[in-house]
Amino acid sequence: MIEIRKLRKQFGGFVAVDEVSFTVSKGEVLGFLGPNGAGKSTTMKMVAGFLNPTSGTAAICGHDIQTDPIEAKKQLGYLPEGAPAYSDMSPYSFLNFIAQIRGYRGAELRRRVDEAIGKTSLESHLYVPIENLSKGFKRRVGLAQAILHDPPVLIMDEPTDGLDPNQKFEVRNLIKEMSKEKAILLSTHILEEVEAVCTRAIIIAAGKVIADGTPAELQARDVNHNAVFVRIKGSAAGEARKRLSQIPTVSSVEEIGTPNGSVSYRIAPRKGESILAAVSQFARDEKIELEEIREETGRLDEVFRSLTKDATAKAGRET
Amino acid sequence: MDKIWIIFKRELASYFITPVAYVFIVIFLFLTGIFTFSIGGFFERGQASLESFFGFHPWLYLFLIPAITMRLWSEERKSGTIELLLTLPISMQHAVIGKFMAAWVFAGIALVLTFPVWITVNYLGDPDNGVIAAGYIGSLLMAGGFLAIGSFISSLTKNQVIAFVLSVVVSLLFVLAGFGVVLDAFSGWAPQSVIDAISRMSFLTNFSSIGKGIIDMRSIIYFASLIFCFLFANAIMVELKKAE
Repeated sequence: MIEIRKLRKQFGGFVAVDEVSFTVSKGEVLGFLGPNGAGKSTTMKMVAGFLNPTSGTAAICGHDIQTDPIEAKKQLGYLPEGAPAYSDMSPYSFLNFIAQIRGYRGAELRRRVDEAIGKTSLESHLYVPIENLSKGFKRRVGLAQAILHDPPVLIMDEPTDGLDPNQKFEVRNLIKEMSKEKAILLSTHILEEVEAVCTRAIIIAAGKVIADGTPAELQARDVNHNAVFVRIKGSAAGEARKRLSQIPTVSSVEEIGTPNGSVSYRIAPRKGESILAAVSQFARDEKIELEEIREETGRLDEVFRSLTKDATAKAGRET
Repeated sequence: MDKIWIIFKRELASYFITPVAYVFIVIFLFLTGIFTFSIGGFFERGQASLESFFGFHPWLYLFLIPAITMRLWSEERKSGTIELLLTLPISMQHAVIGKFMAAWVFAGIALVLTFPVWITVNYLGDPDNGVIAAGYIGSLLMAGGFLAIGSFISSLTKNQVIAFVLSVVVSLLFVLAGFGVVLDAFSGWAPQSVIDAISRMSFLTNFSSIGKGIIDMRSIIYFASLIFCFLFANAIMVELKKAE
């Protein structure tokens, strides 16, 4: 439902977004990741029809954002970066304004506004000028505005920025609830958010897409993916290490620390293998006493760091 | 049309949420009173007319209208709400016209509230109310011209103070277009036809012809096309500068 084709944006000599293409279909929550200045917001602004692309285009529900902007914008709920809203208005009159612009009148308008207020729990601050609201409430006003017309496509630039952990949890639940019926594109800095709500993640750096996959697929790119960490009592450690490295699916065993007289090892699998079962079975068979054993599924922030560091360094060399 | 109306309503209401509207109206009424009755010599003239009242309008507008328009677009850009506004299903014309109309109606409200002056002159004498009506129409048209200039300039900068100062300067050029100060800059090198054209662009000349009770079609067309041109430029500037 969101279709992005070779979107490119150049500011003077600086290429902010470099031929980014991807699609988001109904039922998908796509997390858009990248370091600051990677082009996330610029891409979203172009998809929402605020910025004109240098080349390429985007379509919302089949409506091209450049040739058919009004129809495209009707299908779109957009939460801009920083959740801007008319600060002298109250959330209630602001949402009424949005509902009118969206074409609602009378009872339908009241229902839509009430629903948006309910979903974002704004009831207690309806008549306070927006400029006097806390950051969390402002963000919720922005969210309410974006979901008011129950759009099939939702684009949100950092929807949970500035919220406390409870509010983050609520907003994520709200996103998950809506996700079945919508195509959602959201940008975030918080990698746990990707694991919590996204069905797919795209990492961009220096204007280019450098990774695209489910959160699990991205985690699998971590060098520690499926590695097993064990802690063994110091006296038995040296012998155990040698024997562990003989398991056929293990590629290497590496000592990573000696906490409280024990020794910790990181056991790396051969590519694509899962070794947790093998290691624990082996330990039982060989009567090696493990004080701790855990499998690492891979950490998104590690993947993010290694991917974006390379891409940013490469872009630096090119310029 | 519907969308323009909704934007218009929001904009007009926003004047009255903050003290801006009340401060503006009070100052406008206070200054028109002073200019009409004391500086303009309303009583000393011994005439039942509002010439002394309308005569000062261009000068009042010169400083007061930019105060209305300075925030129109610069505030949207500074606070980021422009991104919200322009990603709603509306077109640029809707936004530009809605905002302009709200400012114009607001100026109209201030103008209508000067009615005690009209009552006074009718109580004291027997003025030609047709001339007075023409004066009000002319004043409103001229206010529209000032507003369109101010709205355009507000789209050039995020800074309201700069928008205000620039609007005053550009408006002053239009007010004085028929006078030596401006014309001297052109005489000597520009052909006579250009100088004539510039002198016809003067707010003062066009306004005073309406104020005499003659609703000159040329003056109406002048103000209308001035408003149109500046709003057109306004829409282009917003489009160009919105993302900065």
